[in-house]
Amino acid sequence: MAEQPKIRIRNLHKRFGPKVVLNGLDLDVGVAESVVVIGGSGTGKSVLLKCILGLMEPDSGTIEIDGRNVVGLPRAEREAFMRKFGMLFQGGALFDSLPVWENVAFGLIQAQRMDRAKAREIALQKLAQVGLGEDVSKLSPSELSGGMQKRVSLARAIAAEPEIIFFDEPTTGLDPIMADVINDLIVKCVRELGASALSITHDMASARKIADRIAMLYEGKIIWAGPVADIDGSGNPYVDQFINGRAEGPIQMAVLRP
Amino acid sequence: MNPLATIGSAFMVFLGALGSLAMFAGNAVSHCVRPPLYPRLIGRQLLEIGYYSLPVVGLTTLFSGMVLALQSYTGFARFSAESAVATVVVLSMTRELAPVLAGLMVAGRVGAAMAAEIGTMRVTEQIDALTTLSTNPFKYLIAPRLIAGTVSLPILVLIGDIIGVFGGYVVGVYKLDFNAGTYIQSTVQYLEQVDVVSGLVKAGVFGFIVALMGCYHGFHSRGGAQGVGAATTNAVVTASIMILIANYAITEMFFSS
Repeated sequence: MAEQPKIRIRNLHKRFGPKVVLNGLDLDVGVAESVVVIGGSGTGKSVLLKCILGLMEPDSGTIEIDGRNVVGLPRAEREAFMRKFGMLFQGGALFDSLPVWENVAFGLIQAQRMDRAKAREIALQKLAQVGLGEDVSKLSPSELSGGMQKRVSLARAIAAEPEIIFFDEPTTGLDPIMADVINDLIVKCVRELGASALSITHDMASARKIADRIAMLYEGKIIWAGPVADIDGSGNPYVDQFINGRAEGPIQMAVLRP
Repeated sequence: MNPLATIGSAFMVFLGALGSLAMFAGNAVSHCVRPPLYPRLIGRQLLEIGYYSLPVVGLTTLFSGMVLALQSYTGFARFSAESAVATVVVLSMTRELAPVLAGLMVAGRVGAAMAAEIGTMRVTEQIDALTTLSTNPFKYLIAPRLIAGTVSLPILVLIGDIIGVFGGYVVGVYKLDFNAGTYIQSTVQYLEQVDVVSGLVKAGVFGFIVALMGCYHGFHSRGGAQGVGAATTNAVVTASIMILIANYAITEMFFSS
């Protein structure tokens, strides 16, 4: 490959006791590319994200960020890489002891030691970017609806202008219209920042909208990856079953049948 | 199953837990002494642990001092040693009752709240979010609580000492008809510096234990609401037991000669 990918994962393994979750996973995310990993519940999508973020240590394999392997790095060096990352958590994971604007400004104040007044200004700007006004900024996260929490969380993820943004099931738990609003915001924010994005989801509408490239995770491996336009003609029976949401097919759910 | 194997595996689990607690404590303490510290967060925790515990600790020590005067009076009257009441009250309060009771009350009040708060942050991914925002959770969440716990409990106990002695004075003078001047005189007469100091050292250790157990169990809680509930219970129970054990060890250290 001519260009060095932003994230390059090779032969990643992770198991919990006897349960193998990641089994030799390979994945590349290019510069300013948006990759969406799809796969069923419990196939290890979240584990993959946590390994890249350093919240979990993989058993073996390499994860290169800008050509540098980050697996097994000491904590201090790891924190330097964290500054390149932004993350939108599935449940929002907003700090409920802080008002909305401080949530958004958190990385600026704590990690970059920015002046509070200046950080607040940037936070308000980022909130405006996701369509939230100044009146919301003083509320506590528990006073917000699910969709608003997701938007605040998105504003927090982009506040420090990261080079790579991770999205963990960004549309889960939202109504279809709000899900589409979030999808649009994700596309807009990622474009404006020129960042790389890695998302995991099982919502196909969302995947089609935010992805440049889609990769399907099954049994701990990427079994198919390609441009979003090719997803319907992948010729892969696993992918076909998943994107069409059929119970019958090569993927068998562990459900007891009567 | 082999009964020896059961005992053995239980013992291994216990040793494992002890090891992980020791590593957690070491890591946490190292963050307490390395900058950056968060003065704003330490201040909030001092308020939470110290100031808001004042009513509970004050009431506990007040009534302990009062009952102590009453009990020792009726007991000592059997061999006409009523004059020792004031001394017994002040020595028991400063050496034992104020630190232990304050430690246990704070364990119930603050340790449980800490475990619940940090546990909820764990299960709602807020701790992971801290890490992704380049903020070390040990530094941001745990170090301020440990510092505030270790600092505020001795202050609470010093106030508790005074309130407890005052409780004894009230009962002694207004109920048991001691002369006020004599009571105060015999209170200070046999009191030595080491009595108060040993109590304050105990308080510092107990404050550390309460904060450590609250943070440790909260930090390692998993599995939603039930996990947080279990963490809260464990934090209070382990902190209380460790306070009682540490109490003996510190007493032994100061007064066995």
